[in-house]
Amino acid sequence: MVSEVSPLEIERNAGNFFYPETHVNDAGVGLTEKTIDYIVNIKEEPEWVREFRMNGLKIFLGKPMPTHWASRDLEAIVFENIRYYLSSGTQAKRSWEDVPDDVKRTFERLGIPEQERKFLAGVEAQFDSEAVYSNIKAAVGEQGVIFVGSTEGLKNHPEIFRKWFGKVIPTGDNKFSALNSAVFSGGSFIYVPPGVKVKHPLQAYFRINAENFGQFERTLIIVDEGAELTYMEGCTAPKFNTATLHSAVVELVALKGAKIQYITVQNWSANVFNLVTKRAIAHEEAEVKWIDCNIGSRLTMKYPGVVLKGRKARGEVLSIALASNGQHQDTGAKMVHAADETTSNIISKSISIGTGRATYRGLVHVPKHLKNCKNNTECDALLINANSRTDTYPAITVRGTGNSVQHEASVSQVSAEQIFYMQQRGLTAAQAMSLSVNGFVNDLVRQFPMEYSVELKRLIELEMEGSVG
Amino acid sequence: MNRLEIQHLHATIAEQEIIRGLSLTVPKGEVHAIMGPNGSGKSTLAKVLAGHPDYKVTSGSVSMDGEDILALEPDERARRGIFLAFQYPNEIPGVTIANFLRAAVQARLPEGDELEATDYYAKLYEKMDLLEMDRAFTSRAVNEGFSGGEKKRNEILQLAMLEPKYAVLDETDSGLDIDALKVVANGVNSLRGPNLGVLLITHYQRLLDYIIPDHVHVMVQGRIVRSGEKNLALELEEKGYDWLRDELAEPAVA
Ligand SMILES: Nc1ncnc2c1ncn2[C@@H]1O[C@H](COP(=O)(O)OP(=O)(O)O)[C@@H](O)[C@H]1O
Ligand SMILES: [Mg+2]
Repeated sequence: MVSEVSPLEIERNAGNFFYPETHVNDAGVGLTEKTIDYIVNIKEEPEWVREFRMNGLKIFLGKPMPTHWASRDLEAIVFENIRYYLSSGTQAKRSWEDVPDDVKRTFERLGIPEQERKFLAGVEAQFDSEAVYSNIKAAVGEQGVIFVGSTEGLKNHPEIFRKWFGKVIPTGDNKFSALNSAVFSGGSFIYVPPGVKVKHPLQAYFRINAENFGQFERTLIIVDEGAELTYMEGCTAPKFNTATLHSAVVELVALKGAKIQYITVQNWSANVFNLVTKRAIAHEEAEVKWIDCNIGSRLTMKYPGVVLKGRKARGEVLSIALASNGQHQDTGAKMVHAADETTSNIISKSISIGTGRATYRGLVHVPKHLKNCKNNTECDALLINANSRTDTYPAITVRGTGNSVQHEASVSQVSAEQIFYMQQRGLTAAQAMSLSVNGFVNDLVRQFPMEYSVELKRLIELEMEGSVG
Repeated sequence: MNRLEIQHLHATIAEQEIIRGLSLTVPKGEVHAIMGPNGSGKSTLAKVLAGHPDYKVTSGSVSMDGEDILALEPDERARRGIFLAFQYPNEIPGVTIANFLRAAVQARLPEGDELEATDYYAKLYEKMDLLEMDRAFTSRAVNEGFSGGEKKRNEILQLAMLEPKYAVLDETDSGLDIDALKVVANGVNSLRGPNLGVLLITHYQRLLDYIIPDHVHVMVQGRIVRSGEKNLALELEEKGYDWLRDELAEPAVA
């Protein structure tokens, strides 16, 4: 089977879908203390935030790149050339007519509403969803739920915000969490009071604006005792106007008996470095589930984790990664058991197309003194072409006698005979391929909210159309 | 015009000629059986008709209702009305029968048309009942963990759902016990009619007791060496293939 660059990628590059940038209100390129002063001043942040950011900068500059265990491709990032802050509403004017037809068609195929298309294509800096958002906000607000941007959170709710901010993921956790701590903007702050079960999933999508599509989002979610929340991040639309480095930090706190489900579906342009740190703390009898779908990007490094801090806490990571030609998805999960009777479950599925490369990197840690802990890890890889690549580094350390661990891994390939069989029933080679891929992820996708599973299916179809020669 | 017509066909796999000047015509509405010893090229013929990329047609032609199909991709041939029930059907992990068939039926609709789900399921259940298939099968992955008999039934289910113009059944009887054979034969017989031509490939004449062919052809070493009525099958059963092989030994060394 001959593999070609997916048409989506061709469009993105050949169409060179990046507009000339003429921002008025930005911090310029490069990162120094001046950049941070600029951000703090323009956002009118309190002094403790300036200190927090400055500390982040210091640690960022002091830490080496993690190229010794990760990808050497990281060396291609030129930090001096990056714009670290763009204030909202100051993006250059572009017109819908400038958007390449192919891109418009992609939006259409994905069924993205007209208004959102303009925003996603960078034609409009604001996506006007204020009506939808304020309804949601009012509905959850009655229950005492706080759902705001991170800036508003740190200014207006400092007593809750400061208690947890940077506690799940310390600034010095890794070079990119330090970078985020220095220059973060955008992202959400959510607090759910004790016993409140938020019925509908909250979506960052409801409060989209330029900042939220920024490069250094910071999200902090605290779900108090016995409360429940589902949060959805991202959408399946390709983001044509994002910059090349995306480095978010997401911290979740599930207090006693709380439940959090955090769902991400992201589809990055092929030039993006997506280096994200996501971690949760689960207290006694709390449950945290990360559902994470990564499509596109040049290199994604993301290992959602749960620290199982209280007795009987549960952590789960369900992830799907799709690496097309020239892309590297380095994803996985971290489960740190720190109390008795804690359980964790990791199911990871990856698909490598053409020269795409999918890496599973896991960490499961159960120390010797704990009792009755359980982990289940499953990693399945699907290779589409002969030159596709997958690697698995499970790293499971389970000590002590009363603890159990189960680990399964599989690598399979879509065979030419299978494709022929499906073609004989009238499906094109691309349809056959996407059906096979959908079949591969099917049992996992079934656990996703309906609208995401439908979008994901369409997205896989689009990717496969381009990859079958 | 309304026929599947194979003329002077030569085809190779791995640079070995397997089909060596085969001619055969199946008019729509008729059932033609092809019998032949193992290795005579029956499955090769089926794969060539369906357009498997590993097989090369070196000369000759295949046309369907007057239209040359050799230049068409396998899926185009399928959508135009050729169906192959595989001797060894493939597994499609994670894809349910319901979803797979739905995609296949959808692929036959004009662009922009959406399949009506309720009609689709009504038809699917009707055909499953006919083939005595448990409805729970709709949510099982295609051929995954199926017994030999279940796989063959699933092939006939697809045949029934996709309503081709010409169907090639490659040893659909092999591996079936007598009860399963009757069910499958019953399914095929119910599809017989003026709108379907059938090429029934089999090694044994047993199947032909249940699906009575209009014509019987004998294939040896990539050619049709004898054609006749139903009783040719009985004659073969009695005398074995060696009888024909010996008779044809000389011209076969071409
Ligand atoms: N993929 C293949 N590669 C090489 N030779 C093949 C292949 N498939 C079939 N053949 C050869 O073609 C001949 C005919 O096989 P086949 O068409 O399966 O016969 P039949 O179905 O009549 O038993 C056999 O000699 C077989 O070895
Ligand atoms: Mg055969």
